[in-house]
Amino acid sequence: MAVISIERMGLLSVVCVSLFFSSTFAVDRGNFKTCDQSAFCKRQRALKPGQSPYRALLETLELSDSRLTLQLINDNNKVHLLLELYRLQGNMTRVKINELKPLKPRFEVPDVLIAEPPTEPLSVLSKDDNGVVLSLGAENQRLIVSARPFRLDIMEGPEVLLSLNSRGLLAFEHLRLHKDTQAQADGAEVKESVDGDQQQDEGKKDEDGESEKEEDGLWEETFKSHTDTKPNGPTSISLDFSLPGVEHVYGIPEHADDLKLKTTDGGDPYRLYNLDVFQYELYNPMALYGSIPVMLAHNTQRTMGIFWLNAAETWVDISSNTAGKTVFGKMLDFVQGSSEKPQTDVRWISESGIIDVFIMLGPKPSKVFSQYASLTGTQSFPPLASLGYHQCRWNYNDQEDVKSVDQGFDQHDIPYDFIWLDIEHADGKRYFTWDPHKFPQPKEMLQGLMDKRRKMVSIVDPHIRVDSGYKIHNEITSKDFYVKNKDGKNYEGWCWPGNSGYPDFTKPEMRAWWASMFAYDQYEGSMENLFTWNDMNEPSVFNGPEVTMHKDALHGKWEHRDIHNIYGLYVQMATAEGQIQRSGGVERPFVLTRAFFAGSQRYGAVWTGDNAAEWDHLKISIPMCLSLGLVGVSFCGADVGGFFKNPSTELLVRWYQTGAYQPFFRAHAHLDTTRREPWLFGPENTALIREVIRQRYALLPYWYQLFYQAHKTGMPVMRPLWVDYPKDTATFTIDDEFLIGSDLLVHPVTEEGSRGVTAYLPGAEEVWYDVHTFQKHNGAQNLYIPVTLSSIPVFQRGGSIIPRKDRVRRSSTCMENDPYTLYVALSPKKFAEGELYIDDGHSFNYDTKKEFIHRSLTFANNALTSSNLCPDCNFLTSSWIEKVLILGASKPSKVLLKMDGKETPVDFEFDTSMSVLTLRKPGMNAGADWTLLLQ
Amino acid sequence: MTCLHLLLTLVFAVSLGTPVEIQRPRGVPLTKKQFYEESKPFTCLDGSRTIPFDRVNDDYCDCKDGSDEPGTAACPNGSFHCTNAGYRPMFIPSSRINDGICDCCDTTDEYNSGAKCENTCKELGRKEREVLQKMAEITKEGFLLKQQLIEEAKKGQQEKQSKVTDMQENKKQLDEKVEALRTVKETAEQPEKEAKERHLKAWEEQKAAIRLEKDKAKMAETFLELDDNADGFVSVSELQSHAELDPDADGTLTEIEAQGLMGGAEQVDTSTFESVWPKIKDKYHSEVSREEADISCLEPAPVETPPDEVKEPVVDNDSEPYPEDDISEEEDEDDEDEDDYHEDDDKVSAQPTIKTPEKTHEDEEAMPPYDADTQALIDAAQKARDDFEEAEKALREMDDQIRNIEKELSFDFGPDAEFTYLYSQCYELTTSEYIYRLCPFNRVSQKPKYGGSETNLGTWGSWSGPENNKYLLMKYEQGTGCWQGPNRSTTVKLTCGKETVVTSTSEPSRCEYLMEFTTPAVCQEPANIDPSPHDHVEL
Repeated sequence: MAVISIERMGLLSVVCVSLFFSSTFAVDRGNFKTCDQSAFCKRQRALKPGQSPYRALLETLELSDSRLTLQLINDNNKVHLLLELYRLQGNMTRVKINELKPLKPRFEVPDVLIAEPPTEPLSVLSKDDNGVVLSLGAENQRLIVSARPFRLDIMEGPEVLLSLNSRGLLAFEHLRLHKDTQAQADGAEVKESVDGDQQQDEGKKDEDGESEKEEDGLWEETFKSHTDTKPNGPTSISLDFSLPGVEHVYGIPEHADDLKLKTTDGGDPYRLYNLDVFQYELYNPMALYGSIPVMLAHNTQRTMGIFWLNAAETWVDISSNTAGKTVFGKMLDFVQGSSEKPQTDVRWISESGIIDVFIMLGPKPSKVFSQYASLTGTQSFPPLASLGYHQCRWNYNDQEDVKSVDQGFDQHDIPYDFIWLDIEHADGKRYFTWDPHKFPQPKEMLQGLMDKRRKMVSIVDPHIRVDSGYKIHNEITSKDFYVKNKDGKNYEGWCWPGNSGYPDFTKPEMRAWWASMFAYDQYEGSMENLFTWNDMNEPSVFNGPEVTMHKDALHGKWEHRDIHNIYGLYVQMATAEGQIQRSGGVERPFVLTRAFFAGSQRYGAVWTGDNAAEWDHLKISIPMCLSLGLVGVSFCGADVGGFFKNPSTELLVRWYQTGAYQPFFRAHAHLDTTRREPWLFGPENTALIREVIRQRYALLPYWYQLFYQAHKTGMPVMRPLWVDYPKDTATFTIDDEFLIGSDLLVHPVTEEGSRGVTAYLPGAEEVWYDVHTFQKHNGAQNLYIPVTLSSIPVFQRGGSIIPRKDRVRRSSTCMENDPYTLYVALSPKKFAEGELYIDDGHSFNYDTKKEFIHRSLTFANNALTSSNLCPDCNFLTSSWIEKVLILGASKPSKVLLKMDGKETPVDFEFDTSMSVLTLRKPGMNAGADWTLLLQ
Repeated sequence: MTCLHLLLTLVFAVSLGTPVEIQRPRGVPLTKKQFYEESKPFTCLDGSRTIPFDRVNDDYCDCKDGSDEPGTAACPNGSFHCTNAGYRPMFIPSSRINDGICDCCDTTDEYNSGAKCENTCKELGRKEREVLQKMAEITKEGFLLKQQLIEEAKKGQQEKQSKVTDMQENKKQLDEKVEALRTVKETAEQPEKEAKERHLKAWEEQKAAIRLEKDKAKMAETFLELDDNADGFVSVSELQSHAELDPDADGTLTEIEAQGLMGGAEQVDTSTFESVWPKIKDKYHSEVSREEADISCLEPAPVETPPDEVKEPVVDNDSEPYPEDDISEEEDEDDEDEDDYHEDDDKVSAQPTIKTPEKTHEDEEAMPPYDADTQALIDAAQKARDDFEEAEKALREMDDQIRNIEKELSFDFGPDAEFTYLYSQCYELTTSEYIYRLCPFNRVSQKPKYGGSETNLGTWGSWSGPENNKYLLMKYEQGTGCWQGPNRSTTVKLTCGKETVVTSTSEPSRCEYLMEFTTPAVCQEPANIDPSPHDHVEL
């Protein structure tokens, strides 16, 4: 009975929480802070640009091989800061600012950088009373440190690339004693306020004294019914960056907003604070589930990045001197030779920690990606199957349900790789367990899926039901691994199971223990085809402030305030590690997370959280995933169909068509929605959905190769057009179409009742082939494409070769040994190139044993050649080349296959209307060296 | 790679342990063997093109319809035939050839994948035969039961039909009876009314006479009381001793005022006092006793005013936040409730009208009993009324009965009325959490096992099976609303069984329930079953 009553309470809490939010469909904004309601943001934002109170004390300059240190002083309060400058390998500069002598250490974010970034020597070019000029080595790059006021400028030749504190918004709230104790301890330092305050403000605040400070929320802050005790007082930091010549900035996910970041004047800044936002709204800067504090700045000349390594609540203000101008106004400026250069100003504000900024100087987009990857790592290389289609629902009710859905896919001949179980699968929301009535034989179920060469994902959330009959809870309690509240007791909050504890994932010992829980003998009922989904890891606390953890909760000696945004990363990190360990380090993990931070790309996939079955939510999935791709997270997707509400059939079909061309392809639905497996909408719609899922599977070799590339280089898989066409200004704001790799251009239909879309085909030199009809179109044009419900406008770039597996089967694993078809799309110069990557699809052997095939495919001078990109690799495949399609070809008289010193003729067909040459069954092994000669 | 594929394969039928060779390309059913002749070029079955025969099953798709690759996975739309000797032959999509998963029980689909498949056809065949046999038995018995049901239903239906006919006949008579009795009643009520009125009038007159007598006596009495000096005259000063008679209510009866009351005279004698008496009688306080003075007060005592509005019965349902209740359902409830409230209204408002006469009677002299003639008329009328009401009630009841039977007859109980027996029955299934209750043609509900209120999972909507047999599914709709969701609904899937039971329930989609229900009523006439249809080798 006790169990039942707890159960009830849990249920009740869910209902309460749901009511607590809104019953209509929209976010309840009142549950989340605006900048004005966040004391430090309000305080910091009240500072206006002007004379900075900070001065560089040049006499304190110390230069070692790898770093330069220099003290800064705030002339208002005489507090000294320590500036550290590093020149990093790969054209990056790191700027760190901390208190010279803080009362106690300030938090510096660990575990995000894959290693201490390697440095390069800095040298002083000149120095006088006003400042120091340092050489950044290559390309005539210099770093200028100005002393009064303190300011940094990064120059290349005569051009200023980027300036720090140019607007004087550096503000560093130093640690101090609370006034009550301070009065006795240190009478001299009574006059404290925001360090960056300007003189006149300073005076005013002093007079107002204590009462005003309390109002400012320096030592305590209340939001709704929650009081944040702030035992450390004000600790916020801020710094401004100016980007001359820049009009386009991107990144800082996660926001449900356009790809190009907007100016924030007159509204709230973009907020980065991982939150479980119920029924989020679109097109605004509110915080969502994840935070990656990386911004890219782009113009036709250069792409740069700013990485603000801070895990506390962060707000980013963006302003621009051209923002208000119309296109005509800008033209007028141009014609009249206006002296005003476009400029974007950015200001970062964080609640605690230190200033630790990485400036990635590009200059090419690809270079910025590799620079960021060198700091935080690349996208994990996912198991091939995880690039297939995922079928999810809250919830598949029981084993029988799982079985019948699995059979449904076979009956309707639709491929899929993963079926997912949401929270109801566990026994009373006790993760790592199974509901004994609904899932009495999990291994039998998993074996059934394994027999079909399919897989499963079960959800494992980081909130642990407080229940003395629950092994996981008892072990965490006995090991003292829970997060503590401000009074040092175990922190408890409400989540799905009711009263829950939150393991302290910031502790390495905790993470190691958590990882060990995924061992087959620990996670009972698990098998090697069971993978994991980490949800609610912001962390979500139903009865906490802003539905998350209290900021004064404690992770060892650090406050939750300091680490908040990285909590979710740690959960996924520990889970992925667990999956690796259970296989003895052999198998690649697959873990999906909702919360994320810089570096999360190393551990798996993310999705855009609890979206809705609305056309606008379909549209926003594109910029949301593009923004994530720009800052390292390639494995991104949105719930196909929309999580909340029931999609119309048209919306569902369009969502499948869009999702099939996005990296993480999973359908998901809320408990309250009607069933929506792909075959429930009549045979015509089933056929449409089957067709697009098949298109996805046929392209898996290409997706897989792109993920390999992302893993090796940091290049995003799904990209905005400007990444590949950085000089084409027409591409800079496009976010209703995108590139997959460099070679596929997708313009999904995201309008209800659409009869046509206009796609921009980039590149004046390019031609693009419609992948369905092979019709050729010239680049640098807006192409109107009439559409029906079956249309998915996708184009292959002329000059590319894409390998496909056109024999689509039940799951990606079933297609393992199938032959390839090469789609060779010729450029106007009759040239094309591409790659082919093959490995076992699931293990680390590609890395540890070099067991893979990596081939370069080149079409030039009427010959298509496969050559080895990794001669010391060893992997055998039974896949072969069954067909080669050459788009934009002319008819040869003869085709010969040259292999092993022999020449054999190859049959071919030529379609004159579309100029498509089809080579019939050349038959060579996919790993072999060969050449096909057209004569 | 491709050389691994055999162009032609030998199909071994192993059931008899003696291989029987049938030469035809892999994956081709016997029925299509004729199209695949080794000696001739092959024409795609859709006629789209002709290819050399060595391109059949060469692991490259030449025909758009996939017909050149019946035995390989090369064509996306091809299909593969497995003989499955011992079980039943089937087609699988070509994509399942050599995909590492055993689809055909004779293992022929996995000839080059390394998958370790075992020939399970015999076993499957045996199991299938068992199942079929069992099914056949059930169907057979079920069908017999169904025949009984049909017969009973027909009988029942006929009975009901004739009952309705009879009742309608009876009803006609009743109608007439009611009309006759109405006339009798009305005829009896007329003299009753007149006699009653006469009686009342006589009583009223009598009462008026008595009242007048009393007034006169009182006046005389008062005169004597006022005439303090017993001189036969009431003087101004004698009148003044009764301050309560003060017309301007200032507490004193002045001389002028008293004179005014006396019509300007200084004194009045008994006869002139008659004109003074009406002016003072209402205010006059007897010097003797109050009770006596009150006797004249014939005004009915103030009736307890019935409250203007009967207090609305509690309609808290509206204001109570039951998020799970859907509006439409609340409306339904309201309707029902309103009916109840009307009844309540009647009860409440009836009370004062009963009370009022009772109270007045106390203060009034009782009306004398009716005389014997009048009473006789009243009794006669009452009897006529009772008779009429009784007849009317009987008519109403009969109407209800007819309506009920007609309603029952109006249900679609299947082509042969075989579902009739389910009417007004309920069937329960207890799961780990709930007790589910199916009352066919009425409603489906769910009740927590360990206490809690019942939830309506839908009321009878319609048959909603596929076009060829709509009687395979029942749809119950408009149950209790779900929070932020639809109204609950239930689909009941009917399968043939000897017994009538709910075998399972599930909730495949939130608030959309599925119930499996067996009944003999859907058992089909068993065909002549061959217990081993595919036991022999396909030749």
